[in-house]
Amino acid sequence: MSGPDGAARDVVLRLDGITKRFGKLTANDRIDLALHRGEVMALLGENGAGKTTLMNILFGHYTADEGTVEVEGRPLPPGAPGAALKAGVGMVHQHFTLADNMTVLENILLGTEPLWTPRLGRRAARARVEALSRDFGLAVHPDARVATLSVGERQRVEILKALYRDARILILDEPTAVLTPQETAALFQTLRKMVARGLSVIFISHKLNEVMAISSRVAVLRHGRLVGEVATADTDRHRLAELMVGSEIVTPAPGTATPGAALLTLAAVRTAPRGDRPGLQGIDLSLRAGQITGLAGVSGNGQGALADLLSGLTAPTGGQMTLGIAAVTDWTPRAALAAGIGRIPEDRHDTGSIADFTLTENAVLEGYGSRPFSRRGVMDWTAARRHAADLIATYDVRCPGPDARIRLLSGGNMQKLILGRVLETGPMVILANQPVRGLDIGAVTYVQERLIAARDRGAAVLLISEDLDEVLTMADVIHVISEGRLSPPFPRGSKTPAELGAWMAGQGFDHAA
Amino acid sequence: MTEIVEILLSASFWAAVVRIASPLIFATLGELICERAGVLNLGIEGIMVAGAFAGWMAVYSGTGLWTGVAVAMGAGMLFGLLHATLTVPFGLSQHVVGLGITLLATSATYYAYRLALPEVTSPPRIEPFQPWEVPLLSDIPLIGPALFAQTPLTYLAFVLTAVVALVLTRTPLGLALRAAGENPAAVEAQGLSVTGLRMGAVMVGSGLMAVGGAFLTMSAFSSFFFEMVNGRGWICIALVVFGAWKPGKAVLGALLFAAFDALQVRLQQTPLGADIPYQLFLMTPYVLSILALVLMSRRAAVPAALMVPYNRGTR
Repeated sequence: MSGPDGAARDVVLRLDGITKRFGKLTANDRIDLALHRGEVMALLGENGAGKTTLMNILFGHYTADEGTVEVEGRPLPPGAPGAALKAGVGMVHQHFTLADNMTVLENILLGTEPLWTPRLGRRAARARVEALSRDFGLAVHPDARVATLSVGERQRVEILKALYRDARILILDEPTAVLTPQETAALFQTLRKMVARGLSVIFISHKLNEVMAISSRVAVLRHGRLVGEVATADTDRHRLAELMVGSEIVTPAPGTATPGAALLTLAAVRTAPRGDRPGLQGIDLSLRAGQITGLAGVSGNGQGALADLLSGLTAPTGGQMTLGIAAVTDWTPRAALAAGIGRIPEDRHDTGSIADFTLTENAVLEGYGSRPFSRRGVMDWTAARRHAADLIATYDVRCPGPDARIRLLSGGNMQKLILGRVLETGPMVILANQPVRGLDIGAVTYVQERLIAARDRGAAVLLISEDLDEVLTMADVIHVISEGRLSPPFPRGSKTPAELGAWMAGQGFDHAA
Repeated sequence: MTEIVEILLSASFWAAVVRIASPLIFATLGELICERAGVLNLGIEGIMVAGAFAGWMAVYSGTGLWTGVAVAMGAGMLFGLLHATLTVPFGLSQHVVGLGITLLATSATYYAYRLALPEVTSPPRIEPFQPWEVPLLSDIPLIGPALFAQTPLTYLAFVLTAVVALVLTRTPLGLALRAAGENPAAVEAQGLSVTGLRMGAVMVGSGLMAVGGAFLTMSAFSSFFFEMVNGRGWICIALVVFGAWKPGKAVLGALLFAAFDALQVRLQQTPLGADIPYQLFLMTPYVLSILALVLMSRRAAVPAALMVPYNRGTR
């Protein structure tokens, strides 16, 4: 077992033959992995490749059907997060596990002392948290309520939670998905400080440039199998992408298009704040025919407010909204539909579809009230089913048939149906809110090509995305949104990612106004 | 209005307020513990009935009073165990299970009563808890009898309030319980058992509800009657909301409700009571509670995961 070189002796974590099945799906298929002391190992793979499942097994959230986990040579009992924590494994989940109504300190202290201890040693704990914050560059106020923190700060709390428990191995599941480029850079600094002190990091991602930037080794998963393990120095983005997808990647080329008239214009539009999220703070936006307008920004900065406004879910509280040449007065979801706004919602499960309805029912969710799907208030299910079958064929929705419940579909196929539902009505304005989030590369390419085709036939597309790379690839013109304010439009290629990142962090707005 | 002033100036009124509040305090604290851990326990009404009977029956069969309290607590914890098993590991609807427990506990109690005492027409009496008069302090006018001439269970209720408040805010256990009610995933990620915490909270909480019931048969009265709990459990559910899930405020709410209740009983006996139908007086504590609830609970921070079952491995 012991290899000739020093690194092999320094294995801190070993996964041996991990297999996990969910029904017919094999999420992890005999995976062997070793993590060494003081390294950042990237775990690369598409959505659904089994990365998160593997890490949840390692951390004890799931129990593996076969295989063992060893930390520092000792086997870890399956299905016990407590044991993983005790062995020095810390995990930062993609969806943070913080209690919003409690303070940072309380979240960090949770579960660190025996339950029957008479007192929480808050004072000593606060001192330790402050020391850790300083050492690793994780600035956050210990007494702040988590609900008031930004996403980047919450992530720091999650990392502090692990460090507070003396974690030697830190697992980060898609940590950069919600960060600005600047916050990502700060996170990488923290990770480098950690490995310099002998900690080991598993960095789960599907973003190749980040994997190249931070890791020393890359393990690639595809369809639940480990398909490659390479030193980062010996590979490049292209080869990793091929390993990840299993074939050559074709990225859609948006080309250029000539923008036409403004189809929808917002002038100094404001909306009411939503809870502790800001509303729109007087934004100017012009969506032109034959143009993809990209909206970049960190999540929770007003994207939702803008999407709700354009979908008709909220009405403006100030400013002027113009459709074509007509000023908008009575603004409801029905009005938005009637005005030819096609809506691809952010959350295809929550607002895009009804899980227990069939594909047919979901396909006519927006058009059921009028011909050909209903006459005088009675549904024509034959027409609806024919329409669903058409969408399934045209948009390559892989499914058992139009009568299957939509919850059985994968995210990509669900999104294709929603895309078809929207595009088949020939909308003039398309609101695409995170249209490719969570899809595998094949589906991403498909959706993006369809959006480009819609633009080329003269539609105005608003692409909202938290993935800056996606916006940079797709958009003809980019706006940045931050705290409900909108930047001026930047034509394709006129700003670097770092410059856009500065706008995402809120810099630039004061000078530009 | 002079009648009201006279009532408010009588020591017996204030003593009654504290006495009426005592069972509510036990049960409210019990419900509050359950809810802070994320479980709504609508079994409260039935568990109070069961506790009232179990404690009283134990004493009637010859045990000491404090043993009777322990028996009541045990009975409550058993029903709590049933509630917790169904709602926590099985994740069933907390509304349905809670109402089911209330129906089950109530009818099982009546059944047990008939089995134990098949022949009696009027329920037998036990020797209940007697007031402990604190020397000197109980002689303070107005508040002396109210605060320092009560039965030991009443003192226990107030001590428990402080204990529950301290445990919730100052101990690792309390932190874990609150987190289980706010975000169970956070609890599990820190290596604690959400199931264990929630089941423990429901059992202890149900035990306290039962002691609240036992107060009625072992301290306020000396026998067990059908219908004697009479909706007090439901009031406690409202008091938890009224108190914004904080023990101290919830107990203030219990005292307020008790004050309205004591007031209406006394108003019925004044000349006013001759003119106004007594049902209107009976209504007042409830109407005023609803009003107070509306005013007080606007900004209450409800535990974020209240009534949300937690299933490991599905996320």
